[in-house]
Amino acid sequence: MRALFAFLAGGLFGAGLLVSGMTDTTKVQGWLDIFGAWDPTLAFVLGGAILPMAIAWRVAAHRQSATLGTPIPPKPGVKLDTRLITGSALFGVGWALAGLCPGPAMASLSYGGTQGIIFLLSMIAGMIVWRAIDIALSNRGKAA
Amino acid sequence: MIQPDWISGLIGGLMIGSAAALFLLVNGRIMGASGLIGGVVDGSGWSNLIERLAFLAGLVGVPALIALATTRPDTHLTGNLLIVAIAGLAVGIGTRMANGCTSGHGVCGISRLSPRGIVATLVYLGVGAATMLIARHLLGVI
Repeated sequence: MRALFAFLAGGLFGAGLLVSGMTDTTKVQGWLDIFGAWDPTLAFVLGGAILPMAIAWRVAAHRQSATLGTPIPPKPGVKLDTRLITGSALFGVGWALAGLCPGPAMASLSYGGTQGIIFLLSMIAGMIVWRAIDIALSNRGKAA
Repeated sequence: MIQPDWISGLIGGLMIGSAAALFLLVNGRIMGASGLIGGVVDGSGWSNLIERLAFLAGLVGVPALIALATTRPDTHLTGNLLIVAIAGLAVGIGTRMANGCTSGHGVCGISRLSPRGIVATLVYLGVGAATMLIARHLLGVI
């Protein structure tokens, strides 16, 4: 059941990314190009996506757990640390350079061509590299 | 698409938000693309591997079916492979370091009024716009 609903959520997410234009790099870059030919479409995508989720969080607040028994994830702290800022900045650079973020990179795997596959592989490499750095940093922290 | 872009943007956005709502209320999970992918590829999320793989199968499979059934969409991704590789690395490291991307921080975080989600979104939007200014208008590389 968990896998079935995860598949349905993933499929709906992927279809939504395609329909919204999030898998079209000209749309994403046009949205970020506020000093050029600005394209406001992504504001509608983000607004449209936040609306059902805002309702879902309200519903979740009145529940002990999700339908399949998992507790509703607790609200994360308010800690605005260096990692959050540095990581988000780095993500902003990459998102602008290529016009792809992780969801659309996966969603366009079947039709994104060779460049799309190279983006996805580099992204996965980056994720593995960060994990290795993170483990090394925490080991050094323990040793000190 | 025959309709104006903002309508398809809004419809697609509502689909993305509904997917996140379904994943939260039924599975009890935050729909963050970078976390779901990252947890699989770096081994940190193997405790719920099947659920992650099922999500990713839908994420890849359903757009593949749509692309097959309709005209193949164009991502317009640049042919400059160096830029593509650098961008991919930055997105991979950045989203894991910040523990989220547009779906996690942007959609799930802002809708919950999470300060971390709001700040992360403002930072990547601001840095993204600055990158466009520098890379497109000053250097002309994208």
